Amino acid sequence: MELYELTVHQLVNLLDKGEINPREIVDSFLNRIQAVESKVKAFLTLDEDRAREEANQACRQAGGLLRGIPYGLKDLFCTRGMRTTCASRMLEDFVPPYDATVVNRLSQAGGVLVGKLNMDEFAMGSSTEHSAFFATHNPWDLQRVPGGSSGGSAAAVAAGEVPFSLGSDTGGSIRQPASFCGVVGLRPTYGRVSRWGVVAFASSLDQVGVLSKDVRDSALVMNLIAGYDPLDSTSVNLEVPDYTVFLDKGIKGMKIAYPREHFGPGIQEDVKETVSEALKWFEENGAVVEEVSLPHSEYALPAYYLVATAEASTNLARFDGVRFGLRDEGAENIIELFSQSRANGFGAEVKRRIMLGTYALSSGYYDAYYLKALKVRRLIWEDFQKVFGDYDLIVSPTTPTTAFKLGEKLGDPLTEYMTDILTVPVNMAGLPGISIPCGFAGGLPVGMQIIGKAFAEGTILQAAHAFEQGKGLRNQKPPLGVN
Amino acid sequence: MSSDYEVVVGLEVHAELKTESKIFCGCSTAFGAEPNTQVCPICAGFPGMLPVLNRQVVELAIRTGLALNCEIADYCKFDRKNYFYPDLPKAYQNSQYDLPICKQGYLEIDADGHRKKVRINRAHMEEDAGKLVHQGSITTSAYTLVDLNRSGVPLLEIVSEPDLRSPGEARAYMEKLRAILLFTGVSDGKMEEGSLRCDANVSVRPRGEKALGTRAEIKNLNSFRALEKAIEYEAGRQIAALEDGEKLVQETRTWDEEKQVTRSMRSKEEANDYRYFPDPDLPPLRISREWVEEVRASLPEMPDQAQQRLVSDYGLPEYDAGLLTLTPDHLNFFDQAVALCQDAKAVSNWMMGDMTRLLNQNNMEISACRFTPAQLARMLQLIAAGTISGKMAKSIFEEMFDSGEDPERIIKEKGMAQISNEDELGKIIEEIIQAHPGVVQDYHSGKEKAFGFFVGQVMKATRGQANPAIVNRLLKERLNREGA
Repeated sequence: MELYELTVHQLVNLLDKGEINPREIVDSFLNRIQAVESKVKAFLTLDEDRAREEANQACRQAGGLLRGIPYGLKDLFCTRGMRTTCASRMLEDFVPPYDATVVNRLSQAGGVLVGKLNMDEFAMGSSTEHSAFFATHNPWDLQRVPGGSSGGSAAAVAAGEVPFSLGSDTGGSIRQPASFCGVVGLRPTYGRVSRWGVVAFASSLDQVGVLSKDVRDSALVMNLIAGYDPLDSTSVNLEVPDYTVFLDKGIKGMKIAYPREHFGPGIQEDVKETVSEALKWFEENGAVVEEVSLPHSEYALPAYYLVATAEASTNLARFDGVRFGLRDEGAENIIELFSQSRANGFGAEVKRRIMLGTYALSSGYYDAYYLKALKVRRLIWEDFQKVFGDYDLIVSPTTPTTAFKLGEKLGDPLTEYMTDILTVPVNMAGLPGISIPCGFAGGLPVGMQIIGKAFAEGTILQAAHAFEQGKGLRNQKPPLGVN
Repeated sequence: MSSDYEVVVGLEVHAELKTESKIFCGCSTAFGAEPNTQVCPICAGFPGMLPVLNRQVVELAIRTGLALNCEIADYCKFDRKNYFYPDLPKAYQNSQYDLPICKQGYLEIDADGHRKKVRINRAHMEEDAGKLVHQGSITTSAYTLVDLNRSGVPLLEIVSEPDLRSPGEARAYMEKLRAILLFTGVSDGKMEEGSLRCDANVSVRPRGEKALGTRAEIKNLNSFRALEKAIEYEAGRQIAALEDGEKLVQETRTWDEEKQVTRSMRSKEEANDYRYFPDPDLPPLRISREWVEEVRASLPEMPDQAQQRLVSDYGLPEYDAGLLTLTPDHLNFFDQAVALCQDAKAVSNWMMGDMTRLLNQNNMEISACRFTPAQLARMLQLIAAGTISGKMAKSIFEEMFDSGEDPERIIKEKGMAQISNEDELGKIIEEIIQAHPGVVQDYHSGKEKAFGFFVGQVMKATRGQANPAIVNRLLKERLNREGA
C-alpha cells in the first residue's frame, strides 16, 4: 500500500507512531499527481516546491494534527502568494494578498497546501466543464464529468492526488461531485464555517465544506475548520463539538425520513434502487425509516436560480477592471473599460447568470421574482422544520443520475441545472448535508445524501460513519480508465 | 422672485460620522492623508472580503436620531445599492433602503422672523465611496485616478420632508442641523472638507396649490451660501420656465459655483435602477431599547435647550442666544466667560461683535482662538473696575486676539492703565484751568463747548488714560467752585 492511498486518519496514525515523516507523505502524493494528473486534470495551479518546503518545515517541528499532510483547495479560496483564479479569465493572474480564514486554520494545523483545484467558473455549473481553462475528468470514467462546481476537489481526492480537499457548496457543489466521484462530501450548516476569503457566488447560500475519502476524515477536518469567525458576520458563534466523538455511536433508534418527492420521476432507476438498498440497511440495523413529504421541493430549483443569480449579479459586479483582475487596455472610456473587461473576463455561463440575476432584481420585476423566491425559500425551510420535528435525518439520492459524459449537457443549461434538484433544497434551508458513496450503478458511484438539522453535523456523521463501516464502502479506488 | 409662486424645498444631508475606523473594516477615517494610504482589501472590495459592522456607527446614528426627535427602529437592515462607478469598489454601496435606523423626527428653525418645525422623514447609515482625481479638469484630463481613503467612511443620510419654503429657511435648517450634529458630537460638520454635504430637492407651485411641482435635485452645494444661492436661482429658473409655458422635467442638476447657476446633469429617464436588495453578508440589526435609553441618557444639552437657557438665565435676546448656540465651541466659550465675569450681555456683545469680526477676517474657527474665556472675562472686569475704558478695551482685545496675552500684561506693556487717582487728576485739571482763564470765562457765561475743551485737554495731557467719569466730576466741581 502506498502512502497516497491512505486516509488522513491513517496517515496521522503512522505519523504518531513515528513510522513515516511528512516528507515521505508529501513525496508520495506529489508522485501520484505526476502519475495521474494528465488523465484527471484536477489542478489549475500546482506548487510542488512550496509543498516540499512546507513538508520539510513539518519534519523539523512538532505541529498540529495535519503536520505534513497535503491538501488541495477549490480555486476560490484566497491564498496569499498563490494565484486564485475561480477558473476564470477574469482572475487568471490574481494573487491575493491574504489567506482565507479556513486556509489559515489548516496552515496552523500543519496542513501542506499542494495547489488549487479546478471548478466551474465562479462556482457556476455542475460539471466543471465551465472552467475557463480545461475540463476535469472523472477518475471512475475519464470520459465523464466529475460533477461540479467543486469537480477538481472531488476528482483529486478520488484519484488519490490529495487525501482531502476543501470545496464550497451553493446548490450542491460539494455533494454532487462527491457523489459522481465516489467520495465523501460534507456541506455544513450555513454559518458553521467562515466564508471570509472565499470568493462569493451567492452569499446567503455559499458554505465551505470538506471532500474526503471517508467519513472519519470529514469529521477530523471539520474539527479544524468549523467555528465562529469575527471577520464573517454570518458565521455563527456557537460551540464546535469534537465531531469524531459522534462516529461510533451507531444508529439504533435513530429516526430517518425519506421524502417521496426525492424518489419520484426523473431519478435514474438504478440510482433509486441503490439508495433504497441503503435505506433497507438502516432499517435492518435498528433505525426507524419512514416516508415523508417535502411538498415544496419542486419549487426549490426555480427559486434557487433566482436567489443565487440575484446575489451573484451584485457579488460579481466588483470585477470591473479597475483595481484587480482582467482589464481591457484598449478601452476608450470608463463604460468601455467596464463592459469590455467583463465581456472578455467572464464565460458564457457566468454571463447568463449575471443577466438572470440582474433581471430578477430590476425595478418592476423584484416582487414577481426575487421576493417571490424568498417566500418559496421560507416554505422550503418550513417543510424541513416539520419533518425534523419528528425525525433526526432525511435521506435521499444526492443526484438524479450518475456522472454524465463530458459535453453531454453543454449547451443545454436547464438539463444541467436539473442535476442539482435534490441538493438545492438543503442550501435554500441553510441545512447541513453529506453525500457518501452507497454503491454503484453501471460501474459508476452512486451517492446517498443525508440531511440533518441545523448544526447537527455530528448526527449526520454518526449515521454516515455507521453506514460506511457497515457496508464496507470507504476509500474506493477508481480505475482511472475509460468505462 | 414672483410672489405668485411658492418655493418648496427638501434637503438630503450626508454627515460623515466621527468614528476612528471605517464602517466595515479597521482602516482609519482621518481626513487629508496621502491617497490610498487608508485602504485595505475590504474597503477596496477585493474578492472574498466581507463587511463587519462598526458598532460605533450604529451608536452615533442612534444618538443623532434621538437628537432629531426620531423614532429609533427595533429592527433594521443594510441593503445593496448597485451601480458601476470607478470610485465604488464593490460596485454597490451598502446603505439602508426600506428599513432605516431612524424615522419620523423633526427639528425647529428660526427663519424669516418666525419659529418653525421641519419634519425629518428618515436618517439611515451608509458607506461613503472613494474619490476620483483628475489632472486639471475632468474634461481635459487624460486619465482618472482613484483614491479610496474615503471608501467605507461611515455616513448618516438625513432626509427632510419638503417643509422648507425659502432659501433662508433652507439655510436655517442646515445651520440648525449642523449645530445638532456638533452638539451631539457625531460629526465635525465641515462642509468645505465634505464631512457635511447637502443635496436640495427644489420645486415651485402656484401659491395655494396643494400638489407638489416637478422637482429638481441639486447637487454640489458645498457651503451655506451655495445652498441659499442655488435654491434662489433654481426657483427663479423654474418659475420663469413655467411662466413661459414650459413643462419642467424631473432631473438632477449641479450648482456651478463659478457661474452661480444650476446646470442639468441627467433626467429621471437616465437615472440608474439601483436594484436595492438586502445585503446577505450583513445580518439584520436588532437594536435593544436598553441601548437606546443608554444613548438618550448620555445626550448633552441641545442647541434649542441652550438657547432657551441663555434667554431665561441671562436675559439675552433670542437672536444673540441663537448665534451663541450655533456651535458647542461658541456656547462653551460663552459659558466659561460668563461664569467668571457675570456680565452675560457684555460677553455676548464682544463675542458677536469684535470676536466674530476678527475670526472671520482671519478665516478662523472659534476653537483656534488664541485667548481664553478667562482672559475675556478679566478684560471685562477691568472695564467694569474703571481700569480701562471701553475704547481702550477695543485695542487690548485685538492684541489679545493676535497674541493670546493676558489683558493686564498688555495694559502694562503699553502703559495703557486708566488714571483714576483723584489727586493726580486734580493737579492736572488745576494746571489746565490756570492756563486757560478765557475759556473759564466762556464756561461761566454758559458756553457748553468750554467744558468739552477742558475734558479734551485732560485727555491729551494723560494720553487718553484718564478715567472720563472721574475727570467729568472733578472738572465740574472745580469750575463750579471757581464761579462761586
